Amino acid sequence: MNFRRALIIGLPYFWLLVFFLAPFLIVLKISLSDTAIAQPPYTPILDLSAGWQGIKDFVGGLDLESFTWLLQDSLYINAFLSSLKIAFISTFLTFLVGFPIAYGMARAPQGIRPLLVMAIILPFWTSFLIRVYAWIGILRTEGLLNQFLLWTGLISEPLQVMNTNIAVYIGIVYSYLPFMVLPIYSTLEKMDDSLLEAAIDLGCSRLKAFWLITLPLAAPGVIAGCFLVFIPAMGEFVIPDLLGGSSTLMMGKTLWIEFFSNRDWPVASAVAIILLLTLVVPIVLFQRQLERQQEASR
Amino acid sequence: MTEQGGTSLTGTHQPQVFAPWLDETAEPIVEFRGVTKKFGEFTAVDDVSLKIHSREFFALLGPSGCGKTTLLRMLAGFETPSAGKILVEGQDISAVPPNMRPINMMFQSYALFPHLTVAANIGFGLRRERKSNSKVKARTDEMLKLVQMEKFADRKPHQLSGGQRQRVALARALARNPKILLLDEPLGALDAKLREQTQFELMNIQEELGTTFVIVTHDQEEAMTVASRIGLMNHGDLAQVATPADIYENPNSRFVADFIGDVNLITGTAGESAQENGEAVVVFHPDGGQMNFNARSPDGIQPGTKCDLAVRPEKIHISPTKPESAANLLEGHVHDIAYAGNLSTYHVRLADGSIVKAQEANRQRLGNRDITWEDPVFLSWESGSAILLDR
Repeated sequence: MNFRRALIIGLPYFWLLVFFLAPFLIVLKISLSDTAIAQPPYTPILDLSAGWQGIKDFVGGLDLESFTWLLQDSLYINAFLSSLKIAFISTFLTFLVGFPIAYGMARAPQGIRPLLVMAIILPFWTSFLIRVYAWIGILRTEGLLNQFLLWTGLISEPLQVMNTNIAVYIGIVYSYLPFMVLPIYSTLEKMDDSLLEAAIDLGCSRLKAFWLITLPLAAPGVIAGCFLVFIPAMGEFVIPDLLGGSSTLMMGKTLWIEFFSNRDWPVASAVAIILLLTLVVPIVLFQRQLERQQEASR
Repeated sequence: MTEQGGTSLTGTHQPQVFAPWLDETAEPIVEFRGVTKKFGEFTAVDDVSLKIHSREFFALLGPSGCGKTTLLRMLAGFETPSAGKILVEGQDISAVPPNMRPINMMFQSYALFPHLTVAANIGFGLRRERKSNSKVKARTDEMLKLVQMEKFADRKPHQLSGGQRQRVALARALARNPKILLLDEPLGALDAKLREQTQFELMNIQEELGTTFVIVTHDQEEAMTVASRIGLMNHGDLAQVATPADIYENPNSRFVADFIGDVNLITGTAGESAQENGEAVVVFHPDGGQMNFNARSPDGIQPGTKCDLAVRPEKIHISPTKPESAANLLEGHVHDIAYAGNLSTYHVRLADGSIVKAQEANRQRLGNRDITWEDPVFLSWESGSAILLDR
């Protein structure tokens, strides 16, 4: 193998090694350590100057205490289950909102479709953080939503949306909507209109044709969209932190508290490892789905 | 094979020939009554009236954008006429949605459902009829057999060749046993050889099932081959509706003569007419020519009318020597020869510079051909081979 080829093949592996595997191993190591009032705030620390004895002490100092702690305190299990629940519900809600949007875009006249795609992508031009802050302005008790609803007379008392799980759902659905809309749109847009005509010609009502043809053909896009929303929603930190209340428990938030408030790096790292392992399952499923899709389109 | 006949050329009525359109009292299976379709300002179909009879293989032929597909889609129910009525077996079907019509369509793109197997595609329409699984299976197998696709029942459409997809599409459209099958450019995606073979298969299947077929095509050869009658369309109008033989031999306009096959058109004026063998033969004065020609005129053209004389290249005889008794004779020089293997088309330049095409079968080898470039030649044809077309 010549040098050029080795370089081309090796470069991505080198990148993954330096920026993914090495940090991961460091986090894994910290998760197996004990907390200490020191700098850095954990022990043991690898002391190579002590030679072989140093390495032995280092390995001997590692244990699974942080992980057992996660199981003992119901807070972590609850945060995990709550994250799972919030991710599932918000993925489903994003699908409910995103599918009609994607369908409408795919049915729109050819000429304005690029404009619609642009409109979906446009929010990315503003910082994610700023957009989530903007929702505080909308959702808080004296916010735009309550002002509007009071003005229309639909409600007489302002609604408490801010600092609840509902606000978190709104935030996630809003933030991740493009990730749901775009894959669904791309599958629907490729669909040949004559397929629906053929289904109707063969005795389907419009609704039945949608159910039997449009939906199965959109399935790869729907699955991709759901994964793209579910995976980041599971570890979401900013949205529950800014919009959710003190009762909103999520893994991402727990992680942050452990790291920065409790300065318990080993437990925080253990949470990170669990989160990562949990997400590996949907990520692998997503990859397999992508591969199958590519095979089918060949 | 579909019988093609009942032409008015023979003049004698043959009872065994399939020609229900000759019977004025026969009830058509499809009738368009003054059907018009407008898309905004554009009139796609303009006041078309047409009767199609049961068991017919009817071809809608025309250049692209002539409205033939729109007419078909109105029959299928995908478009609603802006004016006029469509009747199927005497019933107005305007209010019947496409999924309730006894009509099925084979789409130009085939429109096979990519996520379903061949068998599931064919059974799709049957399942919508709430038939039992065993009945669906039996009918699906029957259809697979009809199109010789039994071995491919479990394949997905993307695993099939173009010709195989075409067969599945046909089987799917026929599975519900429709009264009328609509075919939108069914062979457009196939290569020439397969196309020809499939044309005959389509005809055999149509003959076997007795279903009324309405096909849309822009390929005149295909229409001539498969159809019992052809409806030639132009700019949303039906230019002529006739059997393939009739439309070829007796075109009713310059457009029809020019669209179907190759034709020489000579402009001039009609003269006196005389009866010859029970047909009106009219004297024709070509513009700027000294010689007059004789030609048929089925419409009985009035003397002095400006008209065109149409004569097919293969009806013109070319010879290096002057024929002894020819009513219609032209003199010129060979300008070009288009050699097509079985045929040669001679482009003959007349004294006034115009070109007349004459076609001869190459009965002799190319080396033995006695006519070559720039040879002086004589062109002649029988009076019955030429027809006068009113303008």
